[in-house]
Amino acid sequence: MIYLDNAATTQMAPEVLQAMLPFFSDVYGNASAVYGLGARARQAVFEARKQVGALIGAAPEEIYFTSGGTEADNWAIKAVAETFADRGKHIITSKIEHPAVLQTCEWLERRGYEITYLDVDKDGLVHVEDVESALRSDTILISIMFANNEIGTIEPIAEIGSLARRRHVLFHTDAVQAFGQVPIDVEDMQIDLLSASAHKVNGPKGVGCLYIRSGVKIHPFLHGGPQERSRRAGTENVAGIAGFGAAARRAARILAEKQKREMSLRDDLIRRLESEVPWCRLNGHRSRRLPGNVNFSFSFVEGEALLIRLDMAGICASSGSACTSGSLDPSHVLLAIGLSHELAHGSLRLTLSEANTKAELDIVVETVKKAVELLRQMSPLYEDFMKNQSLEENI
Amino acid sequence: MSIYSEKVMDHFANPRNMGELEDPKGVGTVGNAKCGDIMRIYLDIDEAGVIRDVKFKTFGCGAAIATSSMATELVKGKTIQEAMQVTNRAVMEALDGLPPVKVHCSLLAEEAIHAALWDYAQKNNLVIAGLKEPRKDIGS
Ligand SMILES: Cc1ncc(COP(=O)(O)O)c(C=O)c1O
Ligand code: FES
Repeated sequence: MIYLDNAATTQMAPEVLQAMLPFFSDVYGNASAVYGLGARARQAVFEARKQVGALIGAAPEEIYFTSGGTEADNWAIKAVAETFADRGKHIITSKIEHPAVLQTCEWLERRGYEITYLDVDKDGLVHVEDVESALRSDTILISIMFANNEIGTIEPIAEIGSLARRRHVLFHTDAVQAFGQVPIDVEDMQIDLLSASAHKVNGPKGVGCLYIRSGVKIHPFLHGGPQERSRRAGTENVAGIAGFGAAARRAARILAEKQKREMSLRDDLIRRLESEVPWCRLNGHRSRRLPGNVNFSFSFVEGEALLIRLDMAGICASSGSACTSGSLDPSHVLLAIGLSHELAHGSLRLTLSEANTKAELDIVVETVKKAVELLRQMSPLYEDFMKNQSLEENI
Repeated sequence: MSIYSEKVMDHFANPRNMGELEDPKGVGTVGNAKCGDIMRIYLDIDEAGVIRDVKFKTFGCGAAIATSSMATELVKGKTIQEAMQVTNRAVMEALDGLPPVKVHCSLLAEEAIHAALWDYAQKNNLVIAGLKEPRKDIGS
């Protein structure tokens, strides 16, 4: 099997599993308990808080563990909206956010908030000037993702952070795809709130965090016990949190090397697909791009059919095609960067990890090339295109 | 392994009757308004009204390709009236079913055959019982 869907989720690293195991067996104490068994759990949560914070330049007490990226996004946006409603009800976000952000904003819209969904350019970049012109006296939050999960484009986060700080507006970024993949510093980038998730960095599923800059007072999301400094109640997911900590520690250790390796594999894969498969288009920014993200549209073919062909060859990938979405709408991200429905339909996302090899990518290029060729032979759109071409040649 | 039955996978991996016909007696192209996919059917029909040959081209998901393939098998060698009985339900049954979100894909095959038969009827000034003028976009 060749796994190229690391933006969907990643394989847990062995050291992460090892870090988690004690908390499924011997060390079952409640992290709030006074006795030694509880203290060991508490210590593990404390260590993890340091490790996760260290990866983004945050203090441990600014990290609040959640059930994942979705909860962190929901918490950040809903809590800012609710806490600062008397100051204003306007929020700025972009058209290419993850549904965890977009649907939270839509939910707020139905409750009287006004949301500006910024356009992005053809590469998927949010323009800082657009953020600036969208700012109003009643704007309470800017929420722009660090990097896009489909096309990998990395947004100008430091510029937006600096604008937000100058204009005294809180700045949230969904960094689920960037955390552990590219360097992040909440101080340099002037980020007030940041969402991250463990399972995208070789950690366990169902755990993540919201970074809340100290001094930013937003209401709790879950009410109940005093856990997470009374801001996120509920007995801690100790094993998950320990796993997240171990994943963050590992990510910090390998980040530079991982980034270098993935970028070289990525650029090689992009170059080869572009040279070997005609009528394709790279989606997303060529250089301001997540190290492991490759996203192409192949004209005249449909993405799900392509995915099944790849699956038959043991390759796991994903697509923004309407046919894979369940809702039968093509990816909102691909439409936002200006792709036609047909091109959005023919998209293929390959997301690498540091474990992928050049030999694997050789197989991938060959398989994609063959599958696209085959599906084009089946495609009425390709047939029409070729007939028109030969007509033009004969004129 | 897959969300699809073995039959669907077989027809997807080895589509029957894929391609074009040189001088088709009828051609129909329909698009699926739900997801934007497109299917084209070519028919060769003899004087006795028997479908001698059939080919398809499909731009669509695994289910769309498999239903095209199965539908062409079901109409090949049949009379026009028999071909009119090949509904999307019949195609799905022949494929051992489709996941609920993929049922609309099977409509493409039925409609594309009807569109090709309509084209044939138009060219030959015929009326085929039960056949209505095809819509361009179906499934909405
Ligand atoms: C950009 C982005 N935000 C949020 C999420 C949701 O994170 P989680 O799966 O941890 O809830 C994801 C994961 O799919 C994502 O890619
Ligand atoms: S044809 Fe698009 S979902 Fe099946």
